[in-house]
Amino acid sequence: MQRFANPGRFMRLSDGLMPWCAAGAVICLAVGLYLVLFVAPPDYQQGEAVRIMFVHVPAAWMASFVYGFLALASAVALIWRHPLADIAAQAAAPLGAGFTLLCLITGSLWGEPMWGTWWVWDARLTSVLVLFFLYVGYIALVNGFDDPTRGARAGAVLALVGVVNLPIIKFSVDWWNTLHQPASVFRLGGPTIDKSMLVPLLIMAIAFMLYFAALLMLRMRTAILASRVRAARLGEIEPMPEPSARPQAAGSVT
Amino acid sequence: MTAFLALVARDLRLALRQGSDAALVVAFFVLAVVLFPFGVGPEPQLLARIAAGIVWVTALLAALLSLDRLFQQDYEDGSLEVIALAPLPLEAAVLAKCLAHWLTTGLPLAAVAPALAALLQLDGPGYLPLVLTMALGTPSLSLVGAVGAALSLGARRAGVLLSLLVLPLYIPVLIFGVAAVEQAVAGFAIRPHLLILTALLVAALPLAPWAAAAALRPALE
Amino acid sequence: MDALTHYLAMGGYARFVWPAYGIAVLVLGVMAVQSYRAWRRQHRLWSALEAARPQRRR
Repeated sequence: MQRFANPGRFMRLSDGLMPWCAAGAVICLAVGLYLVLFVAPPDYQQGEAVRIMFVHVPAAWMASFVYGFLALASAVALIWRHPLADIAAQAAAPLGAGFTLLCLITGSLWGEPMWGTWWVWDARLTSVLVLFFLYVGYIALVNGFDDPTRGARAGAVLALVGVVNLPIIKFSVDWWNTLHQPASVFRLGGPTIDKSMLVPLLIMAIAFMLYFAALLMLRMRTAILASRVRAARLGEIEPMPEPSARPQAAGSVT
Repeated sequence: MTAFLALVARDLRLALRQGSDAALVVAFFVLAVVLFPFGVGPEPQLLARIAAGIVWVTALLAALLSLDRLFQQDYEDGSLEVIALAPLPLEAAVLAKCLAHWLTTGLPLAAVAPALAALLQLDGPGYLPLVLTMALGTPSLSLVGAVGAALSLGARRAGVLLSLLVLPLYIPVLIFGVAAVEQAVAGFAIRPHLLILTALLVAALPLAPWAAAAALRPALE
Repeated sequence: MDALTHYLAMGGYARFVWPAYGIAVLVLGVMAVQSYRAWRRQHRLWSALEAARPQRRR
């Protein structure tokens, strides 16, 4: 991991990787959308409304995945002080919040025709709502300080506190839901998902993942560039030279 | 141990000197609960149905209001740095402050709760569980709240930020606290709920001071 | 034309399915656009700084 601690190296790596992820995302999205909108059959019970699932479920998966990523990056930032970890966490958070919001809205749009109501205090929906607040809290905390380092450290601790609490909250909400709801179980998409639906779903999921990877790299590059701009303005260091040129930059402060 | 107790005693003394702080929290608790009948109507059956929830939620909010007192004043006048530099580990210091906070906030709230529940027509079997669950749950609120207070220390709009951070984390305690009261009213056993609340407290006791100390250190650098 | 209208009606669920996809496009689009514009802004600042600075590279 130390090899990737160099921001310069990350910039070069992402320079190569990012276009591939972006292209991959576009292709998967195109293929996925085609399959989802034209090829996948309507559901036996839910009819055409099941097509919402192909956006809702990948968004839900990404919402959880990105939070895990956020927590992992925060742990790396706190334990090993990896310089890119904070940047990765802060870049991922808005993306995670976006996926969570998308999950909530599409869930609501799916719920109205299926359950006859825009919102249901179903264990899953409620947990996702709480997850959304965790994201918003993280973003607010990181941006709430004038000193960005302080914000980064506070955010990292909050992310870890959140990830420990998330299972507890999920368990509590689950339990609370069984207490108050009648025993009807809403099996979204059916108890077992048919292959004709599974393949488009997985393609959409991969598309979302590649999309996340591409935007994550873009946001991290922006953050690294922003810190270079800040430093250059303060006159502390010169524009970071290429590593091969470093021995010759004898006049630089570093 | 003596350093720990000395810190608790110090915080208690300060809180008692500024007696209004604890009194204000309880006053808010009472006022907020009293608002509900005006909002939903005085019909006894409705109030009794939602009494446990109202009392618990407003207690949560009242506890939230008192949290900025935990570190803010010491941070502003420099005593927090002195505490951090003392031989007592920062985690222990946080625990001490949480204990003092609970004694001056959580405990009074738990004591006043039955009276407010009576205003809301809570059924007889609910009162003892209410006091028990609040006595068991409010320490967790102080502990988790301390993490939030430490994280938001020195931030712009720290108060609002604190609420945003802490309220989602309060949900498990709220769920089981209210459920216990409602189950008792319905005539069921509440041992599982009490056990879970205890488990939450036992988990919070080591973890919250650790997280709060981790959050305080960058603020004190 | 009939087939298209029938398809767009989504078996009666059109007012749920299409907004869902619309919101998806909106959210994903806004995230991408915002990220890209932030990058453009920093890149412009950086290029301006590099141009103003005397080149030390040898």
